[in-house]
Order: sequence, then structure tokens, then C-alpha cells
Amino acid sequence: MALKTDAIGKTYPPFEYEVGKEKVGEYARAVGEENPVYFDRAAAKEAGFRDVPAPPMFAVVYSWGSVAMAAVDPELEMNLAMLVHGGQEFVWGEPVCSGDVISTVTSVKDISEKGGMGFYVFESASTNQDGQAVARGTWTNIIRGVS
Amino acid sequence: MNVELKVTPDKHLPHRYAGASGDFNPIHIDVDFAQQVGLPSNILHGLWTMAQVARANVNAAGGDPRSLRRLSVQFRGMGFPEQEITVTGEVTDEREGVTVIATEAEQGGNKIIKNAEAELQPSPQ
Repeated sequence: MALKTDAIGKTYPPFEYEVGKEKVGEYARAVGEENPVYFDRAAAKEAGFRDVPAPPMFAVVYSWGSVAMAAVDPELEMNLAMLVHGGQEFVWGEPVCSGDVISTVTSVKDISEKGGMGFYVFESASTNQDGQAVARGTWTNIIRGVS
Repeated sequence: MNVELKVTPDKHLPHRYAGASGDFNPIHIDVDFAQQVGLPSNILHGLWTMAQVARANVNAAGGDPRSLRRLSVQFRGMGFPEQEITVTGEVTDEREGVTVIATEAEQGGNKIIKNAEAELQPSPQ
């Protein structure tokens, strides 16, 4: 059965995420960060941030709601029970700080088949309330057993 | 520049990361469920492990999160709680102020993140 590739190029509506100081702290603790800039507003400002910054990989938190629109899109026919996260890339721009409103748009960059596995590549582009690019993500999802 | 970080996720770490990230997939937090789908135990979130690679590289660059410009990883073997993970990396290129690091994460002899590449650039601040 050939993989359905009609959705290549499809783009989903923007997803908004408002960044909160305590959420940043919760995430930073869970990934083992100890730098006080992630927890203490005064330390963050001292270091030149507008407010408490999010660790770089917090990108998954503010962009997931957008990427999920693609992952659950029935048009893609992804069997999520067979999903493996194959690879991930982020390119970062302006730091994300508490109080920011991040808007993310996801598109389907590629769908291909190799060795009986389906490769679904999504690209997410996140910008802040001033229109500055904060992160671009490339998400490679593998669905096992597509043929 | 030397990238090395050792971290041992405790038994409940996947639960805390699930809450922090919003990813409550039961393969990460429910041992019984994980075993029913053929895994030896609940497994770590790959994106948590990627965050350890990010942290190791930021630390190597002096600790400023603005210094991490790009990180790409491939997820391979599964990671498990209560076993030490070692993140390592070495400089492969330096061009126009950007340091390129080949980096990976290993646990118990398995590379759970491989072919990873970080780009570091000192923050202008």
C-alpha cells in the first residue's frame, strides 16, 4: 500500500501559547537546570533578559499544541500507536521569556517511505508577540509497519 | 571546549517531566502499560534526554542559554530511569564565531541519542 503523500505542504492554523514564570520554573527543574536566570526575575534581568527566560528546549512546550494539529490530522492517516520519534532539530532566535505570547505554525514538510516505515516530517515556526522568530523546529516522526 | 555531563534520572523523573511538558504517554509513566506493549519498563521521554544534550552544550559554552543556536538529534535506543546517562561532545568545526559540536548521549553502553550536532555562539550580551 503506497503511503498517502497528498498532505505535503499542508499548513495548519496558528497555535498560541502564553509563557508563564512558574511553568518555566517547573520545566527547568524537570530537566535539571540550576541556573538562577530560569527561576529568579532579578537574576534574569541582571543577565540581560526581559524577564525569566525559558530553557531552549522549552520550545517543545510552546510548539507542541501546533505540531499536534498535524499529528492528529485524519488526512495524514498516521497510525499513532506505531509512532516513534526519530529525530528533532531546533534553530533558536530571540529568547523566549515569561510573559511572551508565542504563536506557532506547523506545516507538513515531507512524507516518504523507506524500509517499510513511514517518515512524516513536520516543520514548526514560532514567533513572539513582536513578530520575532524564536524557534524553528523540524520533527521527524516514524510510523512503523506502513507496508 | 569540553562537553561532558552525567545525570541519573530518578524513578519519578518521567512523571515530573510529563507534568512539565504535557506529554503523558503511558509508555513513559506506567510500568505495567509499558510492559504490556513489549518494553522492559517505562522509558524516558526522548525530548527530556535531548534537553540534557542541550544543557550539556550550554554549560560547556559558559551557561548562557542564548549561546545555543541550533541542536539536531536522532533518537535511537530507549533510555530508562535510575541508570546514569553520559552526554559527551567534541568540537568538529569553528567558523565565523560559531562552534559546531558533535554530541551524543549514552546509557549503559547504548547510544540513546546519536549523530547529534550543536551550534554554539557566544551571546552578544
